[in-house]
Amino acid sequence: MMGYKDEKGLLGWKDIPPGMVILEAGSALKIKTGSWRAAYRPKWIEENCIQCLLCWLYCPDNSIKVRDGKREEFDYEYCKGCGICAFECPGKKGNKAIVMEEEVK
Amino acid sequence: MTKVVAITGNEAVAYALRQIDPDVCAAYPITPQTDLMQRFSSFVSDGLVKTELVLVESEHSALSACVGASAAGGRVVTATSAQGLALMWEILFIASGFRLPIVMPVVNRALSAPINIHCDHSDAMGARDSGWIQLWSENAQEAYDNTIQAFRIAEHMDIRLPVMITYDGFIISHSIERIEYLDDEVVKNFVGEYKHLYPLLDVEKPKSYGPLILTDLYHEVRKAYSEVYKNVPKVVMEVAEEFEKISGRKYGLFESYRLDDAEIGIVILNSAAGTTKDVIDEYREKGVKVGLLKPRLFRPFPYEEVGSALKHLKAVCVLDRADAFGGSFGPLYFDIAASLYKFSDKPLLINLIYGLGGRDYMPEHAAGVIEELKTVAMTGKVEKPKEYIGVRE
Repeated sequence: MMGYKDEKGLLGWKDIPPGMVILEAGSALKIKTGSWRAAYRPKWIEENCIQCLLCWLYCPDNSIKVRDGKREEFDYEYCKGCGICAFECPGKKGNKAIVMEEEVK
Repeated sequence: MTKVVAITGNEAVAYALRQIDPDVCAAYPITPQTDLMQRFSSFVSDGLVKTELVLVESEHSALSACVGASAAGGRVVTATSAQGLALMWEILFIASGFRLPIVMPVVNRALSAPINIHCDHSDAMGARDSGWIQLWSENAQEAYDNTIQAFRIAEHMDIRLPVMITYDGFIISHSIERIEYLDDEVVKNFVGEYKHLYPLLDVEKPKSYGPLILTDLYHEVRKAYSEVYKNVPKVVMEVAEEFEKISGRKYGLFESYRLDDAEIGIVILNSAAGTTKDVIDEYREKGVKVGLLKPRLFRPFPYEEVGSALKHLKAVCVLDRADAFGGSFGPLYFDIAASLYKFSDKPLLINLIYGLGGRDYMPEHAAGVIEELKTVAMTGKVEKPKEYIGVRE
């Protein structure tokens, strides 16, 4: 895991790097963490979005994908349903661009 | 040119830190360390060092800031005593687990409760299994010399581990004695430029510290770390040999004093070793074959070397300036016992607890220990494997 799983399997102790420092940038992308989530998940309402990217800035994980300076749909593989993005979203003219919705199992 | 001065232990260690000029120091004051950090902060204020001094709200924060600064890629120092070290407890393991070469003088003081500001070794002993290398120092000269050598040991690429340097609170930290300072340039050259390993501030090469390691890898990580400590004695000796060239002072993994032809021996740490050596000289004049072993590298403990140095004796007393609370032997005793266990012919062993909370250790105490050892060696019997000395009934 975390870049320390080689092609064949897990590393042996002789291959442990000092301090277990991960030298591979962005290796967390290899691990999907969205198998569980709080009862609510964020919904993006594009017409209310001013592309301020505060949601991208505040997201503690990797759920908001940005391409060419603009956010796209949520990546729920990394969303824990914390709701910080919805809380921080300024929206447009009082209408939030992110709202939390109860997740239907 | 060395300079001979009359100074306190804290002054000597602060002087060493000025000569080394670390990048970052985050510290919180606690007696008897306060005087050390106060002196160092004066050097910062006076512009004599370029160190970024971070004033924090606790020792937990002090060591946390040091962990951050060290991972960022700086040469980092802090210092503490007693409760301060206890409050660092959680982060001690993070520093060693991240393999960060932080250097920390620990000015030995008794742990609360009862609250006490004077010397014993319960603080550093409580942290002996936290993954930090420990160098123990008898006097101000050794504290100064060990501080300079600690950076070389910690930062060695085969090691990259944090190092504590211990010296006795008040007895050494606040008492004036004669020591020899090395020249600033000599110390700077000896310590050398700081070499990075995985600095976070190297933004061209992004990296992460502190991954979650669960059942699939933690066991391997710990095995790998346990192997690293095997490199430490060799590096400590290499650094000591180089240090001898610049200072004329010889250091080893431990000091042997009149031990080779001895029949009975005392094992003791730090300042009380000095008193004991004096009393040993007196007994030697009377024909009593007594010697002393004073550990310097206490973690990792050089079991092979210590065991070989003691095995020929008839009786050994381990003097601990810390009791292991909860009804076992003193901490030093365990290591000496473990180092001797493998030999079929080995000395009888006793453990005496002395000097807790700053209680004076006097020459008559050392004499009493030697008398007891004579009896143990003569009778071949240990009546009391563990006892307190210098205690009122």
